[in-house]
Amino acid sequence: MMTKRNMWLLAGLIALILAPLGQGNYVVYTLCSWLIFSMAAMGLNLTLGYAGQISLAQSAFMAIGAYTTALLTLPPAEDGVGGLGLHWLVAMPISVFAAFVVGLIIGFPALRVKGHFLAFVTLAFTTLTFLVLRNEDWLTGGTYGLVGMPRPDFGFFNTGKQLRFYYFTLAVFVVFCLLMWGIIRSPWGRAFKALRENSIRAESLGVDTRRITLLAFAIGSAAGGLAGSLVAPLVQFIEPGSFALVHSLKMLLMVVVGGAGFFFGPVIGAGVVILMPEFLRFTEGYYLMIYAATVIVLIIFCPKGLIGLGEIIRNKLRKDKKVRGDMDKGAQL
Amino acid sequence: MIKKLLGATALSVAMASTAIADTVKIGFVGELSGGGAPAGTQYRDGALLAVDEINAAGGILGKQIEVSLYDTQTDPQTSRALVQKAIDEDAYVVWGTVYSSSTIVNMLVAQQNGVPQIVGAEAPNITQKGNPYVFRTAYGAHRGVPALTGYFRDTLKAKNVAVAWVNNEFGKGGHDVFIKEMAKVGINVTADIPSEAGAADFAADVSRIKEANVDAVFVYLHEEESARFLREAKKQNLQPKLVGEVTLTGQKVIDLAGDAANGAVAHVGLTAEANIESIKEFGAKFEKKYGHKTDHNGIKGYVAAYATKYVTEMNGSFDQEKFAQTMHGLTLDVAKYPGMLLTTSWDQDGELSRESFMVEVVDGKQVVTTTVAAN
Amino acid sequence: MEQFFQVLLSGLATGSIYALAAIGFTLIWQAAQTVNFAQGEFVMLPAFFLLAGMHFLGMPFWMALIFGLLLAVFVLGFLFKRVLVDPLLKHGGLSLIIATMALAILMKESVKEFYSAEAQPFPEIVPNGSWDISGVIVSLTDISHLFISAVIVIGLQLFLNRTRTGRCMQATAQNPGVAEILGVNVKRMVLYTFLINGVLAALASFLITPVYLAKFSNGEYLGLIAFIAAIVGGFNQIRGALAGGLLIGVLDNMTATYITAEYRQAVPLLLLIAVILFRPQGLLGTSEGREA
Repeated sequence: MMTKRNMWLLAGLIALILAPLGQGNYVVYTLCSWLIFSMAAMGLNLTLGYAGQISLAQSAFMAIGAYTTALLTLPPAEDGVGGLGLHWLVAMPISVFAAFVVGLIIGFPALRVKGHFLAFVTLAFTTLTFLVLRNEDWLTGGTYGLVGMPRPDFGFFNTGKQLRFYYFTLAVFVVFCLLMWGIIRSPWGRAFKALRENSIRAESLGVDTRRITLLAFAIGSAAGGLAGSLVAPLVQFIEPGSFALVHSLKMLLMVVVGGAGFFFGPVIGAGVVILMPEFLRFTEGYYLMIYAATVIVLIIFCPKGLIGLGEIIRNKLRKDKKVRGDMDKGAQL
Repeated sequence: MIKKLLGATALSVAMASTAIADTVKIGFVGELSGGGAPAGTQYRDGALLAVDEINAAGGILGKQIEVSLYDTQTDPQTSRALVQKAIDEDAYVVWGTVYSSSTIVNMLVAQQNGVPQIVGAEAPNITQKGNPYVFRTAYGAHRGVPALTGYFRDTLKAKNVAVAWVNNEFGKGGHDVFIKEMAKVGINVTADIPSEAGAADFAADVSRIKEANVDAVFVYLHEEESARFLREAKKQNLQPKLVGEVTLTGQKVIDLAGDAANGAVAHVGLTAEANIESIKEFGAKFEKKYGHKTDHNGIKGYVAAYATKYVTEMNGSFDQEKFAQTMHGLTLDVAKYPGMLLTTSWDQDGELSRESFMVEVVDGKQVVTTTVAAN
Repeated sequence: MEQFFQVLLSGLATGSIYALAAIGFTLIWQAAQTVNFAQGEFVMLPAFFLLAGMHFLGMPFWMALIFGLLLAVFVLGFLFKRVLVDPLLKHGGLSLIIATMALAILMKESVKEFYSAEAQPFPEIVPNGSWDISGVIVSLTDISHLFISAVIVIGLQLFLNRTRTGRCMQATAQNPGVAEILGVNVKRMVLYTFLINGVLAALASFLITPVYLAKFSNGEYLGLIAFIAAIVGGFNQIRGALAGGLLIGVLDNMTATYITAEYRQAVPLLLLIAVILFRPQGLLGTSEGREA
């Protein structure tokens, strides 16, 4: 028996499989970055959408993932900065774990204090990360960055070609979604949700909000690390500027635009941020202005983001359905 | 929805125009928005001016040039994707980018696809990676900075110097060359002061230079930072000669720094103020068409377009591999190829050489003091 | 030693301007319990109002100055509150904070598109001139920055402590509920706070832009510094923001002179993290102040 929801998911998956066929390298590349940024944004969604904390460090966690992966997978160099020449399958878990641990270290003190201090600490952390990557050139290649990360080769499936790399990314994306789904449905996840619905009530029911928030933040950071671990072989070039504060801000807005607290909200948000410039190219320099204004209008009139907007429209069209029931279901999706 | 519809319309209009036969496609990938927009738009305007002239004169080998513009938003990763897009859309040659941090990323794509790329970037490492498809329109810092060595040693007779540089791809390239050059001729670099791109407060930087008691200062900053540096230097009454490469004496810097710019000296590869007929004529055409003045990036764009035409016509075909082969070791004499504005040569790495100038700011104007022969 | 005093003076002069931005930031925090991530852009924009007044409307400098100030108070004070803050406060602080981030982008991009992407020269408010006091160059600009900032801060303190309106504003900031019961027009007091922030931002803008040059991206660094100064100094009072501003100004210059230029930016950030870790109420803050 297929529920309506599963049918939608299957349709979405088929669409993702068919999307790059017959397209040029550029479109396939853009689709890859969409999936990768979706993962980073879904991680951020745990922090923002579920735990209600602003993190401006997602690009720093991507940097940690990308640089760790790069240094582990790059072949050893005779001179200059080289790597260890390990396989991506080894490098990726280490990268994710590194991001997770750093997330714990950053989040622990910041979340001791009430208020939006995580926003400040993560903001400082992102800029500090940039400075370290730029200044410590013996390790990171400094301002010139690292170049030529190999794309993973699985023997029977070499991801060197753009289309193959896309399917590799898609596979990682699907596994990632299943994992996230599992986390959301686990007791932790239910605690996240309790936190989102009503943090005071959650606390009174015995949820240690501080620990749960920290966990949400650290898992979100790990997702950033995973995204970074994919950026390194996708772009095959990383430099500190690609992980500057502005990219953290961009990801935060992805989550808000898509719909914070909705499972697939960030995927839509990332799509808007990454694919929309294509459609809005004719607006030239005005693109960012239009985007920022849209975000503000959306926050004012529809704080639940585009997914929320979809629901409002659906409710308007189908008056017979109960509004509350629909909202609940949307939140689970 | 309306946005999507509009987007689709825009797309179909673009497609209709590409359907015209007998055109050759060029992908312009540049900094049309974001921090690099002042440089990228100049490069674009210079290139489009040349394209109009070339098309009016019958195009390249009888084909009209059709330029597609791609805006990198001054983001290296976006620029990489867009060079890919330009190539997907059958670009014969790619023009741009101007920012070295972008070029270093996107030139890999052009190389992998065997598409010649004519860039405005000046960081040394671009032509040191063995990429046979990348060509410059202005020589890299490793060619420009050594031209100053003689000035420090012979004209200023400097024993101790300071260097103030911007800590990014651009600045680091110039800084590293400068340190090496000074070591070669036995001049001590006693103060080595990096600053952030976009830095606004140079009080500490200038005071350190003052304390270091040097004979001259090499200032290797972007235009706006140069202006702020000059103003602070004047405020703190900094005495040593301020010497730059390209940016320090630019018109933009003079506009921003006011009389604090007077007395600054620089070695300039391309300057719209050079007292040379061809460049003055180009400057006038540019200003007539766009209503504002050109700078060295405008000249670079113009030269990129004409180089594309001349090299292709030399080959007699639109063969990309042959294009790259022909351009290596090529010299285009301005007498025969007026679009180059100055006689220009490329070596085996795509590095460029042409004559250059020493200029000084006198009463708020750039004055060319000497001409430096091509190297 | 001359170098030390030279750098100290420059640091204090710049720091006094940071303090103006930080104070406005603190006031908004108190009145609306929100973090204004566009505060840096609030300081960037009035300079362009002034330039637009001079170049597009042909005003003489003094008139453009007043025009810029009034427009800043209207746009950054009144409009900001009515259009953005009022409708969003009911959704909670989070939405508002994110909206101010988007606002920062919108302001930056608008200036870039409608005015210029390039830095513009900006007229000096204070005439050039300097004295050489045994090796230390004391410029008129630095002295007047310090002086003007001091006058503004003292004036603001007097207004808040000595006038009825000022005391009502303080009561509102400390506890809007009680203030309401005591007959304070809370809504009006909150509006005043936003208008004062507009004034402070405009003054900071006019003082710092001759040094920084008018550029759309000026707010990125200023905003960061303003809230580091506010948090380090202590969120619930003006003297905290003042001390924070001066401290960051001096520290930044001292670091660049004596310790490291590469990690210059890191020092204020590390200080920020240390303060949040060990003294979240700020160096001069008192812990009984309201938590956000």
